[in-house]
Amino acid sequence: MAVMKKKGSSGTPPISTASLPDIIFMLLFFFMTSTTMREVELKVKTKLPVGTEVQKLENKSLISYIYIGSPTKTLQKQYGDRPRIQLNNDYKTKTEILEYVVAEREKLSEADKPLMTISLKVDNNVRMGIITEVKQELRKANALKLCYVAGKATLKDFYEQ
Amino acid sequence: MAKRSTPEVNAGSMADIAFLLLIFYLVTTTMNVDSGIMRTLPPLAEQNQKQEDVKMNKRNLLFVSINSRDKILINLKDPVGIENLTERAKDFIMNPTNNSEMPEFEEVEINLLGKRRVSKAVISLQNTRFTSYSMYIKVQNELTRAYNELRDNLANKEFSKSFANLDEDQQDAIRKAIPLRISEAEPKI
Repeated sequence: MAVMKKKGSSGTPPISTASLPDIIFMLLFFFMTSTTMREVELKVKTKLPVGTEVQKLENKSLISYIYIGSPTKTLQKQYGDRPRIQLNNDYKTKTEILEYVVAEREKLSEADKPLMTISLKVDNNVRMGIITEVKQELRKANALKLCYVAGKATLKDFYEQ
Repeated sequence: MAKRSTPEVNAGSMADIAFLLLIFYLVTTTMNVDSGIMRTLPPLAEQNQKQEDVKMNKRNLLFVSINSRDKILINLKDPVGIENLTERAKDFIMNPTNNSEMPEFEEVEINLLGKRRVSKAVISLQNTRFTSYSMYIKVQNELTRAYNELRDNLANKEFSKSFANLDEDQQDAIRKAIPLRISEAEPKI
């Protein structure tokens, strides 16, 4: 046994790390292509509902978001826990939706304007009153395509929920 | 001049730089693609034409209302569980027994499918201010499922493929044969 164990020069050579940057770059590019920038900092809790018939929202550039829910834990001291509407990075009142929609529509090219979609990210526990009001405002702004964002679920989970 | 060979650039820190970038992207981006239930709102009615929209044959209309305790009522009198809503809606849309209480049909010429009887059914969804959003989405989902299943059935019958696997024109034809008509009533204020 002792004869077999040779010490010194013939130990295993160190693993080459020359390809490590390549591997990491590959991962980097994967993440760069498959993810999108986080648009806003969420100030409301949005625990989304689930559905079985949801469709993927394809063209991100056509979508504008409206968030509705109670303020997050840390902000509740300041703002209470009544549901709030968040547009971009701030709490807004419903009357400001019109302005927001117009501004968002301006960002799109002429051809894309009719395709603009409003994506409503609404917390599960919100009551419909505020949502109906938001919908009326959207009709006033003539932003008629909307999407109730919901997670995908199987039929079984859907009924149990 | 004496030739000097340029020393090789040390690439040892390349991995660190790449790691840094990678972590930056991991933190600042999100992976999820949103999905949701698509709806089109009706345009805001002009004051003078408000009345015309309401005039619609009663048999073509299915009222689905959700009250403030999240209970579903059909035609304001018939309570129904969420599990049965899809079946009720499908039954209503297709009117398989030609019931005179249920929607009428109109003959429509459709590309690829020829003349077809298309149901004039409209589902009208109503909710109160205190209906919860989760229930509302559930009902929306179930109504969408009714339409999707009917379209799938028709697609299977006509083209022996599921709706999702049809090409654009075929999907259009099916959509015309079973048009999605869910109206969200004007809120009562």
